[in-house]
Amino acid sequence: MRNKALILSTAILSLVLMGCPPKTGETGGAAATTDAGGEILVGEFGSLTGSEATFGQSTHNGIMLAIDEVNAAGGVNNRKIRVLTEDDQSKAEEAANAVTKLISQNNVVSILGEVASSNSLAAAPICQQNKVPMITPSSTNPRVTEVGDYIFRMCFIDPYQGEAMANYLTKELKLKRAAILIDVKSDYSTGLAQYFERTFTANGGQIVGKQSYSKGDSDFRSQLTAIKAANPQVIFVPGYYNDIGQIAIQARDLGMSQPLAGGDGWESPKLIEIGGKALEGCFYSNHYHVDDPAPAVRTFVQKYQERYGAKPDALAALGYDSAKVLAEAIKRAGKTDGPALRDAIAQTKGYLGVTGLINLGPDRNPVGKKLAILEIRNGQTALKGIVDPNASAGAAAGATDTTGTTASAATTGTTGSTPTTGTTRTQ
Amino acid sequence: MFRRWYLRDFILLIIYIAVLYGAWVALEYAAVYWPSMRYYNRILVMMGINITLAVSLNIINGHAGQFSLGHAGFMAVGAYSAAYLSVYYFGPYVAKMPDGSAQQIVWQNLLLIVAVLAGGLMSAIAGYIVGLPSLRLRGDYLAIVTLGFGEIIRVLILNIEAIGAARGLSGIPAWSSFFWVFFFCGLTILISNRLVSSSVGRAFLAIREDQIAAESMGIDTTRYKVKAFIIGSCLAGVAGGLFAHYTPAYLNPTGFTFIRSFEVVAMVVLGGLGSISGSIVAAIILTLLPEALRPVKDYMPGGRDPRMVIYSIMLIVLMLTRPQGLFGRKELWQFLPRRKDSLPNEARDEGNADDKLDRDAAPPVT
Repeated sequence: MRNKALILSTAILSLVLMGCPPKTGETGGAAATTDAGGEILVGEFGSLTGSEATFGQSTHNGIMLAIDEVNAAGGVNNRKIRVLTEDDQSKAEEAANAVTKLISQNNVVSILGEVASSNSLAAAPICQQNKVPMITPSSTNPRVTEVGDYIFRMCFIDPYQGEAMANYLTKELKLKRAAILIDVKSDYSTGLAQYFERTFTANGGQIVGKQSYSKGDSDFRSQLTAIKAANPQVIFVPGYYNDIGQIAIQARDLGMSQPLAGGDGWESPKLIEIGGKALEGCFYSNHYHVDDPAPAVRTFVQKYQERYGAKPDALAALGYDSAKVLAEAIKRAGKTDGPALRDAIAQTKGYLGVTGLINLGPDRNPVGKKLAILEIRNGQTALKGIVDPNASAGAAAGATDTTGTTASAATTGTTGSTPTTGTTRTQ
Repeated sequence: MFRRWYLRDFILLIIYIAVLYGAWVALEYAAVYWPSMRYYNRILVMMGINITLAVSLNIINGHAGQFSLGHAGFMAVGAYSAAYLSVYYFGPYVAKMPDGSAQQIVWQNLLLIVAVLAGGLMSAIAGYIVGLPSLRLRGDYLAIVTLGFGEIIRVLILNIEAIGAARGLSGIPAWSSFFWVFFFCGLTILISNRLVSSSVGRAFLAIREDQIAAESMGIDTTRYKVKAFIIGSCLAGVAGGLFAHYTPAYLNPTGFTFIRSFEVVAMVVLGGLGSISGSIVAAIILTLLPEALRPVKDYMPGGRDPRMVIYSIMLIVLMLTRPQGLFGRKELWQFLPRRKDSLPNEARDEGNADDKLDRDAAPPVT
């Protein structure tokens, strides 16, 4: 009896193992068409459902807008681009499944995604292994692009924000005394603070106080009292939105009127919900702002609103830029095989996107990207300033049409490759 | 008598390994010629890991009747322990050997087994620590304690820098393969199958049916419940270790939330609490279903993806039509036609038990 059971389970298992015939015809056909001149298949994986579904949807909207524009203008090298989208339910394991499916079943030439760094990190080794270039629009963790030479990124990474904010405070606002309040448990927070401090002091500023808290703390009074005694002009708090509100409220309770400054971890509708009036006048850096007067942003916002009836957020803008950079690279490469496309993406220099001039550095991260400084005014975020290391080059290229993929900036705009405002990245 | 059984088992084991090895080699070669096979390979491996998880949880939830919701926690303990060993000790050791040499291949497979078994051991210890105090509780209370345990593990991982904290642990050598996953999967099924017909397994069943009666028969109920917990969590840890070493070889605490636990519970309940083959079939279905439903969106207007809606509806329909699970408490082969006269009475009675009886006895939570 027992052995019969064993034999049967073995038999079932073997049946299961053998029961998956390879679909040779399908893939053979797809591979043939990709080489011949049909549609170019591009894969996208994103959190279309699950806990981060809003992120995935925004990115997806941005990508689709960009690809449809490219196709409307005749496609790339007389071929249309088709995006195949797979949902990963905001789970790393599902992301790996989705990307494996896109690469091995659909033979996509490249992969776009994800927002959450954990999902990008799960997908990146698979792309690297299969030599399929992957562009993540908005994963900020530095380790994503460290996976290998086929992994690219469109957004700036964490340390860069710290430097840019320090430059903005010292050069634009002429502030000299700053205090730092760090979330010690978070890589993001300590990274930002470290680079902020280095640049701020290098620019002649002084860090008058340094305090720390742990994510989830509810009482910040002792740290804030110590900072108050040092009397800084601004307090740099590179934390996440859920703590910032409480910190702001308690700082105002203690009679501190200095503005708080932070990074893109602040970005959330919840921020103002929690902080309310206490946050008035505080500001943070982000990838993009919808009110940016740059012509590239204006055309993008207009098109996006026409199509989706909503204002695009930073993730949509980054998704849009990623898809455009990819289309540009496919055009320049002239072929769609992995290594050629990889080289073409790596050579992206001076591409003027919605989120600023994109120059990919040797570590496959953008160098010296534009930053929007957002201020909280009357319970809403408003554009306070733009930090653009490529300001002059950007203005020049801004006159050209950015909607068509006319390669205007792609190869000629290498002038902007050297950032001037002292934002040399040491990542 | 004993020798004969022993020999037959040994031969079966050899056959199983040979079949597995053959299948693995065939799959690897197929992946070279048809790249699309890589996707199927991946799903197969995920299936194997899920079968291991479901069968191991079935020992706790199905056989011993203790409702545990912390299986993802045990899996995480195994996964992170095994990954820690590989990242900091085994990986660098193997990396020193010449690439692709026989020495390297032998060592990496050996060290994979060591890491995976160490993960299983750590999970077993965790199972013991959790089980000893909490198994005095019953039913819903135990479920809540195990749910809490799973979350504690996840939060602990989030706070340990050495294993990547919230960033996740990457750089794990991708040594795991179809062969090892299904080797341990087969081992788990074998252990579970042997266990249920052993004296220990009989004690589990007695506790499930009626704890007070079992206790009055002289069964040390807490001891046996802890035993079930240790065995179940150990095997979950093994599955975790294999998962950690499989491409993309990246672990993140978000992969081990209570939702993961619920997925495994869903497999066990769908298959039928207490049915090993039920757990296996349910694990296969619930792994395949979300992937098989991916193409559905191509036929939907506006690119909407109804995948998870269909998945949920199918689960609801299945549970409505078979509330006792796919197989109830029976095993697959008990549904097959057979000669009645060749069976001992006991087995025949078992086979004739109808669904109504199963349904009456279905909730193991006391």
